Amino acid sequence: MPPKANIGKTNVLGLERADYKGLTSTLCPGCGHDSISNQIISMAFEMGLQQHNVVKFSGIGCSSKTPAYFLNGSHGFNSLHGRMPSVATGATLANNRLIALGVSGDGDTGSIGFGQFKHMIRRNVPIVYIIENNGVYGLTKGQFSATADEGQKLKYYGENPLPAIDLALEAIIGGCTFVARSFSGDAKQVQTLLKAAISHRGTAVVDIISPCVTFNNDPQSNKSYDYGKKNEIPLHHIDFIQGGFVPAREEITVEYGEGEVIDVNMHDGSTIRLKKLGRDHDPRSRARAIALLEEAQREQTFVTGLLYYEEPRPLLGETLHLVEEPLANLSDDQLRPSREALDKLMHAFM
Amino acid sequence: MCALNVANQVQAGAYSGQPIVNNFTIMAATKNGSGSQTSNNVLVLSLFRMGIPVNGKNLFPSNIKGLPTWYSIRVSKDGYTARRVTTEIAVVFNLDTAAEDINNLPPGGVCLLPAEWKWTQSRQDIVYYELPVKELMAKTDIPSDFRDRIANMVYVGAVAQLFGIPMDVIYKALLDNFNGKEKPTKMNYNVAALAYDWAKDNLQKRDPYRFEPMNKTQGKILISGNEAGALGSLWGGVSIVAWYPITPSTSLVDAVLDYKHLRRDPATNKETVAIVQAEDELSAVGMIIGAGWAGARAMTSTSGPGISLMSEFAGLAYFAEIPCVIWDITRLGPSTGLPTRTSQGDILFAHFLGHGDTRQICLLPGTVEECFEFGWRAFDIAEQFQSPVFVLSDLDLGMNNWMGEPFAYPSQKINHGKRLDKEKLEEFFAKYGEWYRYKDYDGDGVGYRTVPGTDHPRAAFFTRGTGHTEKALYSEKSADWVANMERLHRKMENARDLLPPPMIDYHAGKKIGIISFGTNEPAIAEARDWLAAQGIQTNYLRARALPLAHAVHEFVKQHEQVYVIENNFDGQLCQIIRMEIHDTRHVTALTLGDSLPMTPDWIVKQIVEKK
Ligand SMILES: Cc1ncc(C[n+]2csc(CCOP(=O)(O)OP(=O)(O)O)c2C)c(N)n1
Ligand code: SF4
Ligand SMILES: [Mg+2]
Repeated sequence: MPPKANIGKTNVLGLERADYKGLTSTLCPGCGHDSISNQIISMAFEMGLQQHNVVKFSGIGCSSKTPAYFLNGSHGFNSLHGRMPSVATGATLANNRLIALGVSGDGDTGSIGFGQFKHMIRRNVPIVYIIENNGVYGLTKGQFSATADEGQKLKYYGENPLPAIDLALEAIIGGCTFVARSFSGDAKQVQTLLKAAISHRGTAVVDIISPCVTFNNDPQSNKSYDYGKKNEIPLHHIDFIQGGFVPAREEITVEYGEGEVIDVNMHDGSTIRLKKLGRDHDPRSRARAIALLEEAQREQTFVTGLLYYEEPRPLLGETLHLVEEPLANLSDDQLRPSREALDKLMHAFM
Repeated sequence: MCALNVANQVQAGAYSGQPIVNNFTIMAATKNGSGSQTSNNVLVLSLFRMGIPVNGKNLFPSNIKGLPTWYSIRVSKDGYTARRVTTEIAVVFNLDTAAEDINNLPPGGVCLLPAEWKWTQSRQDIVYYELPVKELMAKTDIPSDFRDRIANMVYVGAVAQLFGIPMDVIYKALLDNFNGKEKPTKMNYNVAALAYDWAKDNLQKRDPYRFEPMNKTQGKILISGNEAGALGSLWGGVSIVAWYPITPSTSLVDAVLDYKHLRRDPATNKETVAIVQAEDELSAVGMIIGAGWAGARAMTSTSGPGISLMSEFAGLAYFAEIPCVIWDITRLGPSTGLPTRTSQGDILFAHFLGHGDTRQICLLPGTVEECFEFGWRAFDIAEQFQSPVFVLSDLDLGMNNWMGEPFAYPSQKINHGKRLDKEKLEEFFAKYGEWYRYKDYDGDGVGYRTVPGTDHPRAAFFTRGTGHTEKALYSEKSADWVANMERLHRKMENARDLLPPPMIDYHAGKKIGIISFGTNEPAIAEARDWLAAQGIQTNYLRARALPLAHAVHEFVKQHEQVYVIENNFDGQLCQIIRMEIHDTRHVTALTLGDSLPMTPDWIVKQIVEKK
């Protein structure tokens, strides 16, 4: 077992898990999105996040409703369909100390919001961007989304004739430095990946297959529970060791042997420890990650885990050479140049 | 009368009639991208420095290089700055439009053109001055790749000599134009000086037009509305600008870039202003809404097509009550319409921008001073009312250089409105025992907001476009929806008299009232003088904000006849007035919307005809 943050009933802040809850969900019972909300709650509780430092963003969709269902102590913004990335960009520029959690859907990200998704990544906006991917538009009652696989069947809309967009692949190609895929039915993996994602500096994309029990849960569908349960291929056994804890390396290497463990060291001192399972995948290689996803697409395999990790690029605010303190907290003196400066400038226009 | 005298003797030799001093228009017709901008800027700046009231207007095509462009410079000893219909002097440097440009000159007009065209001087009633542009340029040692661009300095030198601008004034203007760089200044100056000397030795003055120094611009500034708006924003504490390039708004953001160093942190040399070129206007407005929500002062600048894209977000920000500032430098028509021509056509759309049942606050600057003032005030107003604020300027105001008074330092401290930080939130709880985001504690429709990051366990709330209660909780109850809408209505009703008030020139007894907004100002001011000279007395109200102040309602009621003068096709301000005032049978919309800045001639004609 990796060292856990001494989690008992209360966390480092003396808070209970229940303190991280939100309002009661109004999603369909059994919806994959609710399991993800639960893992977000567990992650925040176990990591001891200060809720007032966390901001929740979403677009529009069943998935995008969920920020109301976790972390009641955090500010949240349920924005526009596909355009949460721009809102999160503005908010994190305004206050660089905020920990941003974005929740989107496959329709929200893969269609109407595709451009914003790509540009958020390109700018390296600091956010954990979760895609609750069910292959359909849940909220508008079951149309195909752009992540639905070719040939997939839906009750009212027949067979999907178009190839799927792989959002994880798009993220990697777009320059995202943390890209993971998971399955809402794999609670432990979701939680671990979220912990790692929130420790990442920059955009972290976590594409979670999250079955829509109402419109796309036929066992034939590769976004269904049955399919996921049967076919998920985790790339690694994954542990997250939060910064500040000493990783118990020896114990693990004894178990696994040299070369079978990859320690991904993160900027904040945390470590993602990956233990080899069936296949070889070093997430630190971009080419390998792209090849892996293309192969998965070709062979219709459902690989999950940390797909790609790279030393983070500068954040947007750093690229813009901004002051350290949040722009939202600047004093009036910092916001308004002096009377003398104005007088001087006016002379230049005379 | 004067023009006829001139016409009779123009070809005869030296002009001996009455000179016409500081009261005419000179126009330069060139090709877009030919470098004439420097020449025109230098002429305007020089005249301004000579103390002569001046206004320059660029009529340019939607094109980077090659299409015709006209720059007209009006000098007016009486201080009028509106566009004039007549141009007395034409610098005809574009062969493609030469015939038309010459044809448009009035009798007694003057034409300066390149000698190498060997133009047939078919008009007997105007003066032609032929300038040996090619020959003069051949005498210079200017590298060939600069030669074409600098050839326009020939007309600067000739104009200076013929009409009277001292060459040292030209030199200083050039130096300022090139930010103090001597090399380009000298290169340009030498050509102008060559042309000046040539004109002195070879041309006989056969026209009556003269520039003469005055003292009417002393202490004034010359600046474009977009620069003024950018400076106002910087003094208003903008810290996030997200935008997508579009004429004629681009130069506003360019000016923020040029002057953001004024806000640089001296200790670390780091920026307090973030400028993000977004992927489109959807994203630009999303960014400023996110930033405004998180407590920063954020703005974007765009024009009609961008405003169209922003409409869903504008509705959300209105309903979720998020401060942000949106500059709309209006141009004509849809994308692309006439993208380099002016218009006042967005006012109705902007005021109601959103999903319906929205009434957006709009500020309507008419001068460069107001561009600066509304630039900083917009942020205070946005925070005061927790709402988007649109600033509707236009291409004419935004991209042309205008005279103005030096900008007054903001008269009030930065106002963040009802924003609760940790301490204030604690005080609030102590006082009320509760805090609900959308509850109307003060009866003015404006609730108290917190921003993310506030270190207080009860500071958080959930922002949504969905129906909500005063506790910011999701609700589909009709009663909750209606209660919220009523509060928003109260807020906007209340805003009417707290926004920049209209400018009113009212004298009891006058029966005609003129209502307008924005850059029609100079044309109306001049038209009113002309009308008064004909015995038609008018009162005047210039609206400066929407929703309209009650004073506008009053003004409408105070007159027997009201003309609403606007530079759009449908009379959009007039429509707003009609929506708000019961009896408007005496209100007439005088609408133009012809892509050009309004002229006093047109206004006078309309009012005289209607009388
Ligand atoms: C501009 C706009 N167009 C359309 C809609 C309607 N709409 C709401 S949710 C949705 C699709 C959501 O799909 P997804 O993001 O996959 O979320 P899910 O419900 O599947 O979780 C659509 C099209 C909208 N809200 N806004
Ligand atoms: S419709 Fe589908 S996605 Fe929406 S709540 Fe129900 S199960 Fe979840
Ligand atoms: Mg979906």
